[in-house]
Amino acid sequence: MPCRDAQIPTLPAEPQFCLPFGNGRSYGDVCLNNGGALLLARGLDRFIAFDPATGILRAEAGVLLSEILALIVPQGWFLSVTPGTQMITLGGAIANDVHGKNHHWTGSFGCHVRAFELLRSTGERLLCTLAQNADWFRATVDGLGLTGLITWVEIQLQRIANPWIVVENRRFASLDEFLALNAEYEARYPYPVSWIDCAARGQALGRGLHLAGMHAPPGLMKPPPQERRALTVPFAPPISLVNNLSVCWFNRLYYHLPRPARGLTSYQPFFYPLDNLLEWNRLYGRRGFFQYQCVIPPAAAREALREILARIAASGQGSMLAVLKRFGDKTSGGLLSFPRPGLTLALDFPNLGQKTLDLLGSLDEVTRQAGGAVYPAKDARMSGDSFRQYFPQWTEFRRYIDSRFSSSFWRRVTG
Amino acid sequence: MRNMLIIGATSAIAEATARRFAATGARFYLVGRHAERLAAIARDLEIRSGQPVASESLDLDQLDQHPGLLERADQALGGIDLALIAHGTLPDQNGCQQSVQKTLAAIHTNALSVISLTTLLANRFEQRGRGTLIAISSVAGDRGRQSNYVYGAAKGMISLLLQGLRNRLSSKGIQVITIKPGFVDTPMTAAFEKKGLLWAQPDQIAKGIVAAVERGRDEVYLPWFWRWIMLVIRHIPERLFKRLQL
Repeated sequence: MPCRDAQIPTLPAEPQFCLPFGNGRSYGDVCLNNGGALLLARGLDRFIAFDPATGILRAEAGVLLSEILALIVPQGWFLSVTPGTQMITLGGAIANDVHGKNHHWTGSFGCHVRAFELLRSTGERLLCTLAQNADWFRATVDGLGLTGLITWVEIQLQRIANPWIVVENRRFASLDEFLALNAEYEARYPYPVSWIDCAARGQALGRGLHLAGMHAPPGLMKPPPQERRALTVPFAPPISLVNNLSVCWFNRLYYHLPRPARGLTSYQPFFYPLDNLLEWNRLYGRRGFFQYQCVIPPAAAREALREILARIAASGQGSMLAVLKRFGDKTSGGLLSFPRPGLTLALDFPNLGQKTLDLLGSLDEVTRQAGGAVYPAKDARMSGDSFRQYFPQWTEFRRYIDSRFSSSFWRRVTG
Repeated sequence: MRNMLIIGATSAIAEATARRFAATGARFYLVGRHAERLAAIARDLEIRSGQPVASESLDLDQLDQHPGLLERADQALGGIDLALIAHGTLPDQNGCQQSVQKTLAAIHTNALSVISLTTLLANRFEQRGRGTLIAISSVAGDRGRQSNYVYGAAKGMISLLLQGLRNRLSSKGIQVITIKPGFVDTPMTAAFEKKGLLWAQPDQIAKGIVAAVERGRDEVYLPWFWRWIMLVIRHIPERLFKRLQL
């Protein structure tokens, strides 16, 4: 195999700690290393092998999912698992064991990783697969970049007939209706996901829209999708444009907006609605926002989610994009892997300071009591106690951390 | 489908440009100094273009190797449609000031080897009656400045030579394109603090190069605003210019 050393970032001088940095799309501090160094890995961006017959792709770890899609979609392949943005690197997808709308069928990203190379600060290179160095494989999948630098990755892709997605939209009026609707669609659709109206309370609590997608069958004669021109939010306004008033009206409008029950859309707007609005985070103003994504085990899910939604509605701090989905039983085996069976809810809140932190802390109470977990890739504030309860295998994981590696997140939750 | 010869293929701008052409199914013959890096890039381009990619590593300072190189590339590609000359170094200005040898070495790599290659390529294209020749010069070649006039002199020489070639060959259907990038964030400029609006990414330059080929442009500043910056800089009277710290 050709030598790929030229683009590998060099270690900083002792005693500085370092952390691999892909495309910086994690919401919180898992990709930051305050006071330490970042190993910029985007330069590792070459394809190494692609077999259009088997759909096995090997590439350097800094390649973006968008670059992979541009290569594989015209050849009839798709990522087995994709998160809600394509602007992340392969290495980042493994380090956070990202998940997508099809989790109930296919598990998380790590389930489709065949192999990768892990470069330790000692210079040791470990070829990791489920059979070889399997313990390192399990530690590095959702290892938050702490076990070493991933230099290249080999993944299994899935076959598609064309770039189109068949979408079905349904409204639901309550959480119970969601559960029934979702169960019906999950059996037939790989990509069911719901949007919840977070501003609704009382009778309307838990209402929302159910969206189910599947790759379109062959024989569709639509012309290839046009490349859409991205818009950019030019600057961060002094105050957040996402606030009580706008959230309330947006949610109401979004819920009631008439939409076709069935349609055909390109994979881009279906999977990556925000990738076409560059720097969208600026909409939240200079103080930014917090993400909160939790997963609640099946038995406790219904009650816990009702409680979470009620607490959010009572706080008056609505979330513009609240996304609800059921995780299936398939897991990647990653020691710190976030996806686990249950219902997962993702929310974002404009940063109003202590008020917002208090709300998120109170949501943590519910999540902890229900035996759930919060997603580190989207977190910037969970307490060490919460983290250790959500991820009991952290003590086992700790043994695999590279002695020269650390992150702001890791020091925050274990320090 | 185009048959492309890329000289200096491991340079960041050349690699980004090759990727953009690869998406249109171009075929490549790559030339660069580092065999291992070249092999990784060749493999990457094979996957992106779906075409086999040929490459060879060569020290381009050896001018006597140039005719053989072009012959091999021509053979492998079955005729060169488009040649991109992108190799170069950023010499240390202070070191050059103290050493005639270093200055001449910088001129040799950045100007003479380019002149050798463009001359040979121009004659091949002229004989066949078609071809596109692109070379990467620099805004630094527009006016001599104390901070990098050795590099600037070499790039200025290329710019003038290409201008002459364009004048000579335009009636014969041969396209000669001069690319003048400003500050680009590449390994060549690793020593600089890369902040501010003037710094561009290699892919921005690549996009401009592809557009220049598609639109049949002659001389392109990349990004576009350098045309106006350099217009001002070129027109400052020398009496004043010599006193500026540039």
